Amino acid sequence: MHEVSVGLLSRAFAVYAKDIRVELRTRYAINAIFMFGVTTLVVVSFALGQSGLPPRLLAALFWIIMFFGAMSGLAHVFVREEEAGTSLALRLRAHPDAIYWGKLLFNFTLLAMMTCIITPLFFIFTDAPTGNLIPFLIVLILGVIGLCGATTIIAAIISKAAVKGALFAVLSFPVLMVLLFLLVTSTSQLFDGKGLAEILTEIQGLIAYCGIMITASVLLFRFVWLE
Amino acid sequence: MYRLKADHVFKRFGSRKVLNDLSFELQTGDSMAVIGPNGSGKSTLLMLLLAAGRPTRGTIEYSLDGQPLDDSAVRSATSLVSPYLNLYDTLTAEENLIFFAAVSGRAIQGKEINGLLNRVGLEGRGPDLVGAYSSGMKQRLKYAVALLNKPAYLFLDEPTSNLDEDGKRIVAELIEEYRSQSIVVIATNEPEEQRLARSVCRVA
Repeated sequence: MHEVSVGLLSRAFAVYAKDIRVELRTRYAINAIFMFGVTTLVVVSFALGQSGLPPRLLAALFWIIMFFGAMSGLAHVFVREEEAGTSLALRLRAHPDAIYWGKLLFNFTLLAMMTCIITPLFFIFTDAPTGNLIPFLIVLILGVIGLCGATTIIAAIISKAAVKGALFAVLSFPVLMVLLFLLVTSTSQLFDGKGLAEILTEIQGLIAYCGIMITASVLLFRFVWLE
Repeated sequence: MYRLKADHVFKRFGSRKVLNDLSFELQTGDSMAVIGPNGSGKSTLLMLLLAAGRPTRGTIEYSLDGQPLDDSAVRSATSLVSPYLNLYDTLTAEENLIFFAAVSGRAIQGKEINGLLNRVGLEGRGPDLVGAYSSGMKQRLKYAVALLNKPAYLFLDEPTSNLDEDGKRIVAELIEEYRSQSIVVIATNEPEEQRLARSVCRVA
């Protein structure tokens, strides 16, 4: 069992390292995610200014930027394999679990990088309060994991479709609605000055969402990938 | 002794019947050419044999000494060279070999990489991006990747497409070597390629 797990880890890391290397040479997803995220943030902040927006609106704006950043680039992780015709070689050589974990980790890396840039800019451009930093970071990390967990399996599903972009957004919307609701609710409470104790229900909901989404994805991925 | 058994295999795409009641059994040391007109299902049959698709009806079984092989064992024991199987253009030939070895669960060293590249006539081209390769060089690299796992089942679809005379000679030598120690299945319409196999399966 130990040997199997170690084998899976090293194979998943090989997929991850390959995707990072390919991404650094093409920069397709990086450019798409960063340009979309930064552009949206700047446009929104110019339009609204530091005009004392209510916490709920600030929270919604932040997660809308994160959501569309994720939508603009994360599907590429599987679409690229289909468009380049490399998915067959990958399918014939690599274990589906290794592919899933490698791709999930790659998407997590991309979104985490975007988050590291977008989040400080968001606080600079808006008047969002920075008091609850630790609880906010917990929500942020769970949000990034949830977004990656959902978008990675949806990206695998839509990669063989003809109208990939539209289908990605259509399929993602109902799956991500629960996640976005929890994220906006918890973030708005934090912006409103409440502490970790007041958002424990939302945190539990986020942990459950991430756990269910990634577990279901691991179970489903081999059928999505091989069929 | 490895075996490959196709038992009453049917394949339909919607209302179109592609493969109709196909049965054969191969074992280590056997080689078979799959022939038939364009669109007759040669490549489809290879995909089914590689477990990259499912037959509409019938079964395909892999076994070693009478014991059925699971998906992971089949993946480790099979290789495909085909015009529709692409490698990564944005990686070098060496990086492609290292990656496909790594996802197969093994590490590959520089000497082995050079040996594989030399074997297919790509000596000295390992550090080049595959995107800069000609179609014939890409086809040669596919053979290097296919030989990584010393396959017990070697599937070749149009094995000499895009290759020059030297490339065709290399492929003929590889098939000659592997057909005695593996099961080799060749999908082709070229008489020269058909002659590299010992038996023929006609799909219509």
